[in-house]
Parts: sequence; C-alpha cells; structure tokens
Amino acid sequence: MTLANLLVVAAAVFAIGLFGVLARRHAIGVLLSIELMFNAVNLAIVSFAWSRGLLAGVVLVLFGIAITVAEIAVGLALVLLASRVAKSVILDDLSELKG
Amino acid sequence: MTDALLVLAGPLAAFALLSVLPPLRRSGKPAAAVSIAGIGVSLLAAMALFARIHAAGVPSIVEFVWAPMTKGPSITFGLLADGISASMAVLVAFVALLVQVYSLAYMSDEKPAAFGRYYTYHSLFAFAMLGLVLAHNLLQTYVFWELVGLGSYLLIGFWFEKPAAGRAALKAFWTTRLGDVGFAIGIVILWSSAGTFTFAELFAKAGSGVLGGTALTLGVAGIYLGAMGKSAQFPFHIWLPDAMEGPTPVSALIHAATMVAAGVYLMVRIAPLLAHTPQVATVVFAIGVLTAFLAATMALVENDIKRILAFSTVSQLGFMMAAVGAGGAESAYFHLVTHAFFKALLFLAAGSLIHAVHTNDIFKMGRLARVMPVTSACFAAGALALSGVFPTAGFFSKDEVLAAVLAGGHPVGFAILVVTAGMTAFYIGRAFFVAMMGPNSAPGHPHEPEAAMKAPLVVLAVLAVVAGAAAPLVKTFFAPSVEHAPIFVPVLGTTAALVGLALAFAGYQRGAFDPANVRRAMGPLVTVLERRWYVDDVFELGYRFAYLKISNAVGWVDRYVVDGVVNAVTWATWVLAGRLTVIQSGRVQDALYATAFGLVVLVWLAWAR
Repeated sequence: MTLANLLVVAAAVFAIGLFGVLARRHAIGVLLSIELMFNAVNLAIVSFAWSRGLLAGVVLVLFGIAITVAEIAVGLALVLLASRVAKSVILDDLSELKG
Repeated sequence: MTDALLVLAGPLAAFALLSVLPPLRRSGKPAAAVSIAGIGVSLLAAMALFARIHAAGVPSIVEFVWAPMTKGPSITFGLLADGISASMAVLVAFVALLVQVYSLAYMSDEKPAAFGRYYTYHSLFAFAMLGLVLAHNLLQTYVFWELVGLGSYLLIGFWFEKPAAGRAALKAFWTTRLGDVGFAIGIVILWSSAGTFTFAELFAKAGSGVLGGTALTLGVAGIYLGAMGKSAQFPFHIWLPDAMEGPTPVSALIHAATMVAAGVYLMVRIAPLLAHTPQVATVVFAIGVLTAFLAATMALVENDIKRILAFSTVSQLGFMMAAVGAGGAESAYFHLVTHAFFKALLFLAAGSLIHAVHTNDIFKMGRLARVMPVTSACFAAGALALSGVFPTAGFFSKDEVLAAVLAGGHPVGFAILVVTAGMTAFYIGRAFFVAMMGPNSAPGHPHEPEAAMKAPLVVLAVLAVVAGAAAPLVKTFFAPSVEHAPIFVPVLGTTAALVGLALAFAGYQRGAFDPANVRRAMGPLVTVLERRWYVDDVFELGYRFAYLKISNAVGWVDRYVVDGVVNAVTWATWVLAGRLTVIQSGRVQDALYATAFGLVVLVWLAWAR
C-alpha cells in the first residue's frame, strides 16, 4: 500500500462524487455525492499524513468531518424546505435562478 | 504687496458674500452696501498701491506658483503693479464706485431681490476687471478676460425678461468670444515659442530676438483679435450698440471705463511686442481709423441717445487703437483715461435724462436744460470733452492721439481722424442741442435726479474738464519718447471740433438750415448709415447661409455617424446579451458544470505552463 495507490483511490472516489453531483436529479442524491467528494478529500489528507507520519493531518480530517455533518444538516433542511415550497426535490424543477 | 491683493479682495469678498448668502442678496439695500463697501476698499487699496509704486518708481510684483511644471518654468499667478496697471486699477475702481453709488438711485424701482442681484453682478464684474488689469501674465489675463465677458453678459442681460436684452447679452458674449478664440490661439503660439506667459519675460525674449518671426507676428495678431472683440473694433463693433439694452449705469461702467477699454489696455500692455511686429501694428492702425470713422458716421443719424454714445464709444476706441497701432501707446492710454471720465459722465448724464423723461429718443426730449440744469451742465462738460475743445481733458488726449498718428507716419489716417473729430463734435452737439435746448419740449414734468445720481455726475464732470492736467503723470508710466507735435495738430483738431459744434448749433438750435433737407439730399447714404453699413446684415447672412449650413452638416455627422457607432455598439451588446441569457438556465447543476469545466481549464493552463 503506497501513497500513490491511496491517492488513486481518493481521485476515483472524487470523480464518482463529482459525476454524481452533476448527473443526479434527486437533491438527496446530490447531497450524498457531495459527501462522497468530501470523503475523497479526507482520504487524500489522511494518506499524506500517514506517509509523512504527521498527526496534524488526522486532526484536520476530524475537524473536517464535524463540519461536514453540520453542513449536511443545513443541506437536508434546504431539501426539506424545497419539497414543501416547490413541491419537488428534483433539481431540474428548481430553476428559480433562471436569468 | 497686501495692497495689491486687497484691490482684488474687496469686490471678490463682496461677490462671495452676496452669492453664498441669498437672504442678504435678496434684501436689496444691504446688498448694495456690501458691494459698495467692497469696491470702496478696492479703490482705497488701489490708491495706496499707486502712491507706493509712484513713490518707489519701480513696479511691484506679487507672484506665486500656480501650476508647477517638471519640464520648463512653472506657470505663475501674479499681480503686476506698475504705473499703467496701478493707475488703471484706480480708474476702474473709481468709476465702478461712482456707478454703483449712482445706481442706488437709478435702480431704486427694482424689487429688492433684483436690486441685490444687480449689485452681485457688479461686484463680480469689478473683481474680474481689476484682476485683468493687474494680471502679470497672458494666461491670467485671459482667465479674467473671460470673467469680464461673463460679467458683461450678466449685466447687459440684467433685464432678462426683455427679449431684446437677452439677445443683446448673447450677442455681446458671442461676438467677443469670436475674437477670444484668436486670443487663446495667440497665447498658445507665444507660449510654444517663448515658453512663458509672463509679460516681462515675453518682452525680454522679443527684445533679444529669441521670440520673433512668424510666431511672434501670429501670436500678437491673435491677441489683437481678442482685443478687437472686447474693444468693439470693426467688424466686431456690432455688439456694442445692442448692448445699450442693459441698464444705463451698466453702459457707463462697461462701455466707457472698463470692458471696452480692456482691449485697448491689453494692446497698450503688449505694446513692446507690437513694436516688433510692424505688420500687425499697421493692421491695428488701419482698423482703428476705419472703426473711428465708420462709427462716427453711424452716430450722425442715430436718434437714441444711448446708441449715439455707444457709437461714439466705438469711434473713440478706434482713436485709441489707431494710436496704439501708430506706436503711441502712451497717447492711447491717456485717451483711454480721459475717455473713461467723460464717457462715463455722458452715459450717467444720459441715464439721468432717461430717468426723468422715460425715453431714449432725443427728439422726444427738449429744453431739458431749464428743468435739469445740473445734469445738462454735466452733459455739456462731457460733450465738450468728447469734442476735444480746449481746455477740457478730451482736448489734450485727442491732441496726443492725433500727434502720435502723425508721428507714426500716417498722414492719410491723420486726415481721416481729424474729419472724424469734426463729426464727433457734430453728433454730440446735435444730441445736446436737440435734447437739452432746441425748439422741442419734453412732455410731463421732468426734474433733477436725487443726490446719489447728481454727485457722481458732478465729480465726473470736474474730472472730465481737468483730467488733461494728468498728461505729464501718465507720460511717466512709459519710456520717454514722443517729441513735440507740430502746432497745426491742436489747431486742426480744435478747428474740426468747433466746426462740428457750430454746424450742430446752426442746424438744431438756430434753424439756420433744415437738417431734414440735408438728409433728403444725402438720400441713399443716410439709408446706408441707418442700416449701419450693413455689417449686421452681413453677419446675419453669414450666420444663416454659412454657419447654420455648416452646423447642420456637422450636426448630421454627429447624429448619424458618431452617435451611430455608439448606438450600433449598444445594439450589438443588447442582442448578444439576449442570445447569451439562454445559458442562464437557473439550474444548479448547469452552473456546476460550468464551474467544473472552468476548473479543468485552469488546471490545464497551470499544467501547460
């Protein structure tokens, strides 16, 4: 298990997450994909920390996870609101920002 | 030092107070008091300045840097007080003070707000004129020159509810502006050639030959164009008769002592440059003689007393310019001083007559000498001075002018000016005999004006008679030059004046001949004079058939070519923006696609480097 292997996995997870964010129609699906991208980044940080033997990276990731939880809570609240106000959680229907 | 600054500070402070405090301005009499106090301070400071300069015998210069330059000398703002400018400042402040006092009574029918506005303009005008007089460089002269133009515009158009007054104000402004274009170009030419605006440096460079040739000739010619506009030289004289639409005291101020004198003053100021450009000097002389003659002929057939005086002013300005052109700057300046006194006197006396009988037509006046003896006596003093009868001031100064013209080697111009002097005596004698003596009788019960109007008249009348004694003093302002004039000069001048007065007396007082017969005999010539030699018509034709046509063409280019390009750009942007709004779908994921794409491009660019 080398740093390169770990980074390849992280990049793959990130790409899958990005694809999900761009392609999923359901808002919850997009939130899930965002989580995937977060985890890919976390994985990369941890990998670097492991390869250099630094503890700071691990601590940083812990903080990141905590913040992600809060952010996901906000995201879910928004989805809930969208389903109530716009009667839909399909992103294609939510185009209020159209110029 | 401080006295020179104080000369300007008085009227400027009065103007600033009256403009920023509308309640004070609208209060009428207090506003007048502020303005008169301002010009009074200015007069005292100017007298102190003159006394100091005269005692010291050297010019005093206040100077500070106005626009610093890294390459070449910086542009300075300065007050130059030598004999000419200090005495001129005294003259301007003095006449302005008298006119403002006179206006207290003359303008008393105005509403308080208009009265205050009148005095606000007077303060502005006095400030501008004094600044012009004391300027020590051409650029500063130009700045104050234009301020004088603005002040005259406001004062001539003071009764703006009268359409004729508004038109006259515009005409005065535009006509003088036409000349000022030349002035601006002249200044730029001199600057680019000599690298300085300052009079003293310009004279030094012209004297040493650094400044010379075509540049000097063109520069001086351009400045002369500006002087032509302000001093109403042919063919720019057309604004002056129309400017009589303004209040009469304004005419006494602007058209006797200050604004119209500014052109002559400027030419006197740059006389050392003019001495190096004989071609321009010849033009100045020729146009001066032409102006003197034409204006005097037009005054012969005019019935409006103010317009007679207006044409007379144009004619006298022609005398002064002729003297400048012939190389007699000191004669021109001396005539300017005496003319300021007697012409201000004539205008104020005419204002007093108009105030009493409410008409400008001399044939609707008559026998006013019986009911208005003081005014009439003052008018007579002014008329004698204008005619140049011994021993009034006009005799000495006109004698000087004629001598300078003869000494300059212009016998033909001399002859024309002598004839013009005769006509001058005739038209002013005609005005006097018809309005104040004569067979007619004014309607109503005209009476002498109040003391505020009478006092300035008497003061000016005394000066118009005795100011000739100032000749030796004026001579000290200039480098000593002129030799004694031949004796036939004053004899010819006086003879012409007496013949003119005698003809007017015979025709309009004694009835020895009927002027109407002369008029009939002259026929078409009178028509030409009444149409003012068709100069106004030529200007109007030029305006209608050349200027308007060119303006229309330029306007078309502006509307359809210049604006067209701008409009096309707007239209293209509009259309393009309309097309591009399609990509603003409002969907989050489309925006994210764009972001991701942008990121990829950025990474690729970073990689490619």
